[in-house]
This record gives sequence, C-alpha cells and structure tokens, in this order.
Amino acid sequence: MNIEKVVFGFFILLAATLNFGFVYGDIDDPLVHDQWELFAAVVVTLIAAVLKFGDRTHIGAVHLSSSLVALLQLAAATVAWVFAERAGARLTPEAMARVVSLAAGALFANVVSVVIMVIETTMQRR
Amino acid sequence: MGSVFFLSIRRLRAPLIFLIVSFAVSTAGFALIPGVYPDGRPWHPTIFEAFYFVTYTATTIGFGELPYPFTNPQRMWVTVIVYLSVLGWAYLLGSLLALIGDKGFQSALVTARFARSVRNLREPFYLLCGLGETGQLVAAALDRMGQRFVAIDADEARVTDLDIGDYATDPPALAADVTSPETLQRAGLAKRECIGVLALLPDDRANLAIAVAARLLHPGMRTIARAHTPHTMLALETCGVTEIINPYHEFAERLAIALRAPDTHRLLSWLAGPRGGRLSPRIPTPPGHWIVCGYGRFGTVVVRTLRDAGYDVTVVDPDEPPAPGLEIVHGLGSDRDSLVAAGVEQAEGIVAASDDDTANLAMAMAARQLKPGIFVIQRQNRMQNRSLFEAFAAEMTMVPSEIIANECVASLRARHLTRFLALAHARDNAWAAALADRLERVVGAEAPEFWHAIVSRRDAPGLLDAMARPGRAPALGDLLRDPADRSRPLPGVALLLVRPGGLADCPDEGTELRAGDEILFAGRDWARRAMRETLLNANTAGYVLTGREPRTLIGRLVDRREPAPGGAA
Repeated sequence: MNIEKVVFGFFILLAATLNFGFVYGDIDDPLVHDQWELFAAVVVTLIAAVLKFGDRTHIGAVHLSSSLVALLQLAAATVAWVFAERAGARLTPEAMARVVSLAAGALFANVVSVVIMVIETTMQRR
Repeated sequence: MGSVFFLSIRRLRAPLIFLIVSFAVSTAGFALIPGVYPDGRPWHPTIFEAFYFVTYTATTIGFGELPYPFTNPQRMWVTVIVYLSVLGWAYLLGSLLALIGDKGFQSALVTARFARSVRNLREPFYLLCGLGETGQLVAAALDRMGQRFVAIDADEARVTDLDIGDYATDPPALAADVTSPETLQRAGLAKRECIGVLALLPDDRANLAIAVAARLLHPGMRTIARAHTPHTMLALETCGVTEIINPYHEFAERLAIALRAPDTHRLLSWLAGPRGGRLSPRIPTPPGHWIVCGYGRFGTVVVRTLRDAGYDVTVVDPDEPPAPGLEIVHGLGSDRDSLVAAGVEQAEGIVAASDDDTANLAMAMAARQLKPGIFVIQRQNRMQNRSLFEAFAAEMTMVPSEIIANECVASLRARHLTRFLALAHARDNAWAAALADRLERVVGAEAPEFWHAIVSRRDAPGLLDAMARPGRAPALGDLLRDPADRSRPLPGVALLLVRPGGLADCPDEGTELRAGDEILFAGRDWARRAMRETLLNANTAGYVLTGREPRTLIGRLVDRREPAPGGAA
C-alpha cells in the first residue's frame, strides 16, 4: 500500500463529500447550509489541487484542471457569501440560493475528479 | 518552460500544503473564539473577518487588533497564529531557495531557454557539434559570414566561452551530451531551417553517432564530419555524409602540395585562409636530406609524404622500434646529440611533428642553432601557443585545427568553392603562381571573398531580361563591369564556370553566358554587391551589356521610335 496514494484519494474524496454536504438541502434555506462546511470544503479542495501539481501525464492535467474549476466555483461562492453577510443576521433566501448554486457547480467538478480517480484506479493492472 | 514550472511547483507541494493548513487552522480558531464589543456584548467574528485578520497577521503586515481590542483568549490564539505562519513562510522560502540553487533546476531552466530560442529560429542555420579549437574557429567564421548557427558541446566551460564571446548573432548554445538524439533534436536537427550539421568532435564514435542521427532524423541534409581512422571514414561515407575531413589526411595533403608545388600551397592557404589574410612569401622547400622529429600518427604521414616526394628522410623518435627501410635515431630531437646523429649538418629541412608544442619549438630551435638556414616546418597543436610560433617564425607552420576549420568553412562559404579548391590541388605550380599573381593584381593583397552567380530566372531575372533583348550576347566579362561606369572593371575574378555538360576553371572573360550557368567568383565584397545589381535589375544589366543608360517606361516607348529619325540625321 502506498501512503501517498492514500493521502491523495483521501483529500479528493473528502473535498467532494464536504462539498456535497454543504450543497445538500433546499437551495434557498439558510438553515441547512453551514458556513463551516463551506470553509472546510474550500481548504480541502485547495489542498487537493496542490497535491495534483507536478503530474505531467494527460490524466494528471485533467485532474488538476477539474480541481482548479472546483476552486474557482467555491471561491465565487465564498465571495458571494461575504458580500451578502450582515453582522448578526442570516442570509436572505436569494443570497443563499446564489451561494449554493455556485457551490453546486464546484460539486460537479469535484465529482469529475473522483470519477477520474476511480477510472485511473481501475486502469491499474496490479 | 512548462516542464520547468511543473518541476518547481512539484517540489513546493509540501510547504504549500503546510501553509494552507496553517492558514485554515488559524482562521477557524480565530472565528471560533469569541471577542467582546466595546459595550461588553460578546462578539463572534465571521469566518471572513477571521480570514482577513489572519491574512494581515500571517503576512507580517500587522494592522493590529481590529475592529475591537482583543480578549486574552483571543491574544493567546493570535500568538499561535504568528508562530505558525512564520514557520510556514520560512519553510516555503527555504524550499524555494533550495530549488533555485538546485543544479538540476538550473540546468532545466537553461535547457528550456535554449530549446525556446532554437524553436524561434526562423532563418536557415547550421548545427555545430563540438566547440573545441576547430569548433571555435568554425563558429567565428560562420558568425563573420552572418550565418546563424546552433552549437552544442559536452563541456560547459566552452559553451560559456561561446555565450560571452564576441559574436554578432548571439548563437544558442547548450552544454549536453552531444551524441544523444534528444539533445540533437532539441538543438533543431529535425527543423526545416536546419541546413547542415557539422560534427567536429575529436571522438570518432561521437561524430558517427551524430551523422547517423542526422541521416535518420533529417534525411538529405548536408553533413560535414571529422574522422580520424579509415574505418570511421568508411562508416561515415555509408551514412551519406557529404564531406569527411580527416586531419591527418588534410595535413599530409597540404604538406605534399607544399613540397611538390609551393605556389599551389601558397594560393590555397591564402584563399581558404582567414579573412584579411595576406599571401605568404614564396619559399620553395629544398630537396635533399630531411629530418622528421616525432613518429606518431602525424609523423608517419609526414614521412610517407616526404618519401613519396623523393626526399631522403631520417626519423628522430624516443621510442619507435627500428623498422626495415627506415632510418631511425633514438632521441627527443631537442638535444644536440640526436640531431647530429640524424645528420643535421647535411640536412636541408626539419619537420617538428610531435604532439607537444614545447617539444616542437625546442627541436626547431636546436636545429636552427646547429644549422642556420635550415628549412623548418612546424606542427602547432594548440591555438593558444600562436604567439610563440609567430615569434619563432618557421618557414612553414601548420595548425591542424585551423586546416580542418578552413576546409570545413570553405565548403560553406560559396557553392562550388570546394570543387574549385580540389581542382586547384590537381593543377601544377605554374598555374597556381599565375592565378595568385592575377588575383593579387585584380583583387588586392587581402584574401578575397567568394560568391556565386547562377544565371536562372530565380537568381538573375534582370540579366535574363536583358539577354532576351536584341543585341550582343552577354559574355562572362560583362558581369565584371561596374554598374556605375561600365568601362571600369570590378575587383573580381571568375574562378569556375559550371554548366550542364562541363566545368572550366578560370574561364575566359569572353566566354558567352548561357541560361543555367553557375559561376564562382572571388573578389572584394562590394564587387559582389555591384554584381547583384546587374543580375537582378534589367536596366542595370542593359546598361552593363550595351552601355545604354537605363530608361523609364515612357523613355523606352520613345526609344522604340527613335532609331528612324536618328538614322535619317
């Protein structure tokens, strides 16, 4: 067993699951979307992207680009959140819907990452 | 460049992840620890406020405790943030510096820059493999010709020499394994703009490897290779190498010519020699008894050549075993005893042919002391000893690397020049003496430039147009008239005329020109430019051929009607 592969798979999967957890629920309900989950998703996706650096194969390039897309979407969601935030008050349903739809786009990119990883794993003949 | 970027970022993965994690932990912690408003109510910073604070603290900007003074638990956490971030930055910067200082990274950068400049080369260029003495001479000659080239050599110091050298065209150069096909391709071997490969390494196997790679990766390209043994020469020939240069053969051939026809030798070393060189004074080699010091690979060739020329030879060598039919004196050649034993008092000439420059000079000095006026032929092995050899002023000094470089450059200077030089080899002494006299008279004392003229639609449209007009058929000599004043001759001499069905050296100026003729000229550079005018511009060509001034379109129309009244008057 290769510890590097474990770490790699762990972060990619964790990025997708955290992202999914944040997006899951009614799109405009501020009660079901937690800011900490978004924070964690951003951090883990960032780490996943850095882990993908430096792989010069074709599949590695697609891997990295899917991570960059997820990062861009999550950054946009975070910015949307910060702009909509008022001290002490919850987000309005419209603002929440905007944030969550951006994060849902990131979820798609993260799922692509996971799919690539699964394909890569099944291609291994050892 | 892309690969260098990825290489660098790959090595920075661990510090980057450490930095991300430390930022995340700091932000999360700060957002979780409550502060107080100035009125005493608890204040819960949002994640963004926390990230903002961490950003300016971790980057050592330090705006202070914003927006409200911190509580003690907050300050404790800020202490942790500061240490954590300083650690993170130190780690990242340390890794970055280590990466920049890394030899592998630097060479990756240099290789990437080299590959890029070769890729962007859009002019025809030569690939020069090997930057030894020969390679450097060839590089300098190519640069003077304004010819672009790419150089590779295994030795980094030589490449640096080329980089900081005084070159007009800033040639791309790389220190790498010259024989590896990857290096050759990076140096543009397979590029369309690559018009030739010069394999000038001292190692035969390497030259062969380059020739093979050139044959396979860029078939049909011109290849010039240096070889030291007969079987490498054969192998190179089967590889389709255009020109094979063997230093020993070249040396022997030069020596043979020098012995047989001193004027031919003079002429050849002037024509193929460095730019601006003067014709050396005429010193014929005296026949009789000769001494050859040093019986190595060069010495063997020298002895054979001397004997073929009918000279009587004694060899001086420290450890050559006696051979039948060869007179050998054991000794260094630089001491009185061995030279006297070799009969220096009766000798007419001495060849110092060892591979050690100091020894060669010592031999020659000893010989001159023992017999003043002895004819000395020196072999100079290293370019850097030039000043010593010039000071000694032997009757003849031969520098193998220079001979190879000149031979190599001659074939690149102009079409058919090698052919002409080969022809000149075969001609007799009187012919060479006459040509040298004529060239010196017409062109001047400095070594001439060479160029070729092709009478074709592409290269000489003006001349062909002028030839199509009625009038006298143009002769070869007409090309050598000054377009500014046709009664004046240009400082140029036609050396070779190549036409379908034959070639003639030193063609007569009255020879009639025909389409398809190719002519090699020697002369001053401005003569080449003037001749270009005649070849390209129909009006100039018309003037040079007939003496009539160039006309405008209207002038030509008037001209057409003119003869009638002109004839009546």
